[in-house]
Amino acid sequence: MLRLPPFEYLPARTVADAVKYVADRGADAMLVAGGTDLYPNMKRRQFEPKALIGLRGIRELRGVRGDARTGVTIGAMTVLSDLADHPTLLDHYAGVATAAGLVSSPQLRRMGTIGGNVCVDTRCNYYNQTYSWRKAIGFCMKKDGDTCLVAPGSPRCWAVSSSDTAPALWSLGARVRLVGPAGERTIRFSTLYRDDGIDYLAKQPDEILTDILLPPADGWRSAYLKLRRRGSFDFPVLGVAVAARMDGDVVREARIVLGAVASTPREADRAAAALVGERVTPEVITRVADLAAGPSKPLDNTDFTHPYRKKVTRVFVARALRKIAGLPESGASTAEIG
Amino acid sequence: MNKERFAVVGQPLPKIDAWSKVTGQTRYADDLVLPRMAFGRLLRSPHSHAWIRRIDTTRARALPGVYAVITGADLPPVKFGILPVSQDEEALCREKVRLVGDPVAAVAAVDEETAERASELIDVEYETLPPLMSIHDSLAHPEVRIHEYGDGPNIHKLVALQFGDVDAAFAKADLVREDVFYFEGNTHLPMEQHAAVAAWGPDGKLTLWSSTQTPHYVHRLLTKILDVPGAHLRVIATPVGGGFGGKLDPFAHEIAACRLSQITGRPVKIALTREEVFYVHRGRHPVLMWLKTGFTRDGDITGSHIRTWLDGGAYGSYGVASTFYTGVINPVTYKMPVYKFEGARIFTNKPPCGPKRGHGTPQPRFALECQLDKAAEQLGLDPADMRRRIAVEPFTKTANHLTVTTTGLVECIDKVVESSGWRDKRERFGARSAGARKKGIGIAASAYMTGAGTAIYWNSMPHSGVVVRADRSGGVSVLCGATDIGQGSDSILAYLVAEGLGIDPKDIRVHASDTDLTPVDLGSYSSRVTLMCGMAAIQAANRLRTAIFEAVAKKLEVPPGALAARDRKVGVPDDWDKAVPFAQAVELGEAMHGVLAFAGSYAPPKRAGKYKGGGVGPSPCYSYSAAVVELTVDEETGEIHLDDIWIGHDVGRALNPLLVEGQVEGSVYMGIGEALMEEQVFRKGLHKTPSMLDYKSPTTLEIPDIRTYLVETDDPEGPFGAKEAGQGPLLPVIPAIANAVYHAVGVRIDEVPITPDKVLRGLELKRQSKPARIGPDRLPVMQWKEPLVVESAFGQPAEAVVLRPFADPTPRA
Ligand SMILES: Cc1cc2nc3c(=O)[nH]c(=O)nc-3n(C[C@H](O)[C@H](O)[C@H](O)COP(=O)(O)OP(=O)(O)OC[C@H]3O[C@@H](n4cnc5c(N)ncnc54)[C@H](O)[C@@H]3O)c2cc1C
Ligand code: SF4
Repeated sequence: MLRLPPFEYLPARTVADAVKYVADRGADAMLVAGGTDLYPNMKRRQFEPKALIGLRGIRELRGVRGDARTGVTIGAMTVLSDLADHPTLLDHYAGVATAAGLVSSPQLRRMGTIGGNVCVDTRCNYYNQTYSWRKAIGFCMKKDGDTCLVAPGSPRCWAVSSSDTAPALWSLGARVRLVGPAGERTIRFSTLYRDDGIDYLAKQPDEILTDILLPPADGWRSAYLKLRRRGSFDFPVLGVAVAARMDGDVVREARIVLGAVASTPREADRAAAALVGERVTPEVITRVADLAAGPSKPLDNTDFTHPYRKKVTRVFVARALRKIAGLPESGASTAEIG
Repeated sequence: MNKERFAVVGQPLPKIDAWSKVTGQTRYADDLVLPRMAFGRLLRSPHSHAWIRRIDTTRARALPGVYAVITGADLPPVKFGILPVSQDEEALCREKVRLVGDPVAAVAAVDEETAERASELIDVEYETLPPLMSIHDSLAHPEVRIHEYGDGPNIHKLVALQFGDVDAAFAKADLVREDVFYFEGNTHLPMEQHAAVAAWGPDGKLTLWSSTQTPHYVHRLLTKILDVPGAHLRVIATPVGGGFGGKLDPFAHEIAACRLSQITGRPVKIALTREEVFYVHRGRHPVLMWLKTGFTRDGDITGSHIRTWLDGGAYGSYGVASTFYTGVINPVTYKMPVYKFEGARIFTNKPPCGPKRGHGTPQPRFALECQLDKAAEQLGLDPADMRRRIAVEPFTKTANHLTVTTTGLVECIDKVVESSGWRDKRERFGARSAGARKKGIGIAASAYMTGAGTAIYWNSMPHSGVVVRADRSGGVSVLCGATDIGQGSDSILAYLVAEGLGIDPKDIRVHASDTDLTPVDLGSYSSRVTLMCGMAAIQAANRLRTAIFEAVAKKLEVPPGALAARDRKVGVPDDWDKAVPFAQAVELGEAMHGVLAFAGSYAPPKRAGKYKGGGVGPSPCYSYSAAVVELTVDEETGEIHLDDIWIGHDVGRALNPLLVEGQVEGSVYMGIGEALMEEQVFRKGLHKTPSMLDYKSPTTLEIPDIRTYLVETDDPEGPFGAKEAGQGPLLPVIPAIANAVYHAVGVRIDEVPITPDKVLRGLELKRQSKPARIGPDRLPVMQWKEPLVVESAFGQPAEAVVLRPFADPTPRA
């Protein structure tokens, strides 16, 4: 069996505790929430922290507060399964509930938190391997080495942003609250990430993500579609989050965010702009889907071939738009011939 | 045969170990903990091909908590391999490593963490060699040699057999098709990772507990590898958490644990990580295939010629047998009057391939069934009708001299055709379905052996033995070397003995797979166990019953022939009030005969073809299967959704229909994985996805409803008529899926796995009006050896049992 490296465990009871531990231990320590991402990674020596600061005991970080009219606040330690079947999310922030419900497997959704999901490490199939495998192929710059095996010669790491909920939250204009030794701040999702496989989070290492704030629902409709090999267990290799504020059948505002095609969720703003002021007709859908596929630049470091992931981006954007517009998913359904 | 005459056979009983399995109480090898036990770990090569220049273990030895560090120099200098013809493995490589994952050293330490740290402190200097990572690579670079032996540079084995005149057969045909197919390699993925505990006692005797499918072969080979007398060595197979052929070789971790135990004087456990299991492998060979077949206008086969190139990986393992199996079982399904087969197994610097479920046959079955589908279309025939027409005849010989006894293939085809609504869906589906989601329905059929007719080493001893023992408590114990790998062999033993003695399976304790206590059984492979240990169990139970009947007959003053055993009693059916309870009957028997312990032995009928190579393929009998698959292809994403599978399986007799259905469903499951997603692929010399997350194997969500229809043909060779169920049902699933995909979208994917990406590429070709086929188009240039030409035995009448060693002279039970 793969074993965890030795570490010290520091259980925090309050956010203040956690902030203090982080400040004390600096770069030696990491935060752990559900541990579903971090522990497997530690077993493969992607991380070897001397100490882990456990957030599980912080009650104030659990639960969903607020409503669709005023906006909803989700505590970072809320587990994904509680979000997947949360009535307010299902009714008003469907993309988020769907994304939470599509993460991994039932067991991991019961353990994995939304905070951890938003901060989940970027992935690459040269990197998510055991220490001895990585040593055998030659370490890469994300851990223990200095080159990139996917794009040799590249000065940066292209590991893939693999959170399901991040694109959905971003598309709905969510913000995150960060608390650190220097105090508290709230930033938009679009500024939480950096397009870098190693330093993928723009937050300070000593900042703790405490809450996610969703704005009032206010006529927004949303959808999330996920590409993966199997119906369970697998990380996204393409995520498509579409949100639109509708006025009758005309789109007033829209955001399209792609997951798992770059080191950060990627906003397809030109495509979204093309939706505004339009009815969601098949012609509009085709045009928008073509535009949205543009920013999708997958590389050969996940499951499926990357040209395939690129091709499917178009299809998924079109299907997500259809879903929002209440159109059948694609052409005729099979039911009539089944 | 009248089903009513059975009390236990045919009942859907739970397995005898079901409760301990589902409550987590089964103790697998990794659950064993012995006092003072040390934990071992192997250091494996990071290079796919390299000379070992120097190994320095000083730093590892110096680490506190380390008990011992060994290298190849600490083991007797022998090479070994499961087959006598391929002695090419070392537990710890001495001079050369041939794959990433080849073991070079082993450590025993106080705990797993220390053992792991110590293994990282072993310094090994390598001088790398060019890695050969594909059939093409290995053939193109004869100057780089992976092994020095074989039938040519990097060619492990060449086989060429011909039965009848193929050219004449093609000349007679109305249609001759040549097609090329590729079957990607894949692995077994058992839930349980291999583990072993070795304890070399102060008495100089060694005990090895291991998750192995074949304690007997491990025992046999360890005597050679470790240079210990067989009499001082005991191998116990712990309950196996899935094998599928992946636990059929002697492995480095077993050998290293034994040696480390000898050195440290402590029991030593080595449990593999999931990644190591991928390196140990012995899974499905990647096979490139060229297939030429002649057909008449009516769909009859005039003759067939197949060439197979197997990517064997770095070692021999069962590869010679695998190579034969890509050819020799093909003629068992359909009437194939003339047959030629050429096979080549190539060494590459990858984990060694071996005997995964279906051993060597799923690949050519995929090729043949897809080709039949193409031929049917060209000939304007319904693919189901065509298959039905050409199904092999019972009690005949095949072109390559195999004896077919019973066959329920036609009935299997009829069952799945009727229940699936085949004819109607054939019409309605396909291009006619509207929208982006196209429905398709496809069919395929197959046959598989019920046990290999010969052992892997030549001998004339039993293939399976059973001892049944009863005493005055009324308890019965059954001792047998067979290994329950989840297929339920322990349960089968209990059912058959219970049936013979008229008692309840619960009254029986099965003690299995311990080379000290149980008679030899060759192992759980080639679907041999139910038939072979079943026949031995019936014989042993009959002998015990005869002894008991003799004593009860005396007491009741009736002839023994008047007695029956049922409901835990022995008596005269017409005078059942006087029947003696079973425990008392045993007492009477014990008083008359002394200790009641009886043995049964089984060896298959001797009917190997009288030509070189004729020993691979014969089996007491063959199972038959047919499957229909209904699926939906999303033309926009290329994704395939399986809607329904109907599978008919001729099992001879279902000794326990629940277990048979379990085996059929498990086979379907595995077939789906191989058809749609599983692939053991490499990048820069390394396994690309050595984890359960990244190596894609289906979850329950990918599995449609499976409707199983059991066909019973009551084969004269099997125990109460039973044939195999553990492997055969996998075979038709893969080509049925490929054929259904074609029906749905008109794209031929002549290569598994059939991934969404390939479907989209095929559709793109179709849109461009190019041949809508995805598959290999390049064949290696090869010098085949002259075939051994033998006359075709096709159609000759064949009897069942002609001569079965160890059989009782009386007719079978
Ligand atoms: C087999 C498998 C399949 C998976 N499939 C998916 C999938 O399909 N989709 C998907 O999105 N994820 C998947 N995951 C990843 C993971 O399970 C989820 O992302 C989960 O939500 C992570 O949450 P966690 O609480 O377990 O995070 P942890 O593992 O505890 O933490 C993850 C990271 O976030 C940091 N972190 C956690 N909480 C905070 C916080 N409050 N403030 C600041 N930093 C924080 C940690 O330091 C760590 O770096 C999978 C994991 C496995 C093992
Ligand atoms: S993208 Fe390059 S640098 Fe980043 S993890 Fe993959 S191989 Fe390493």
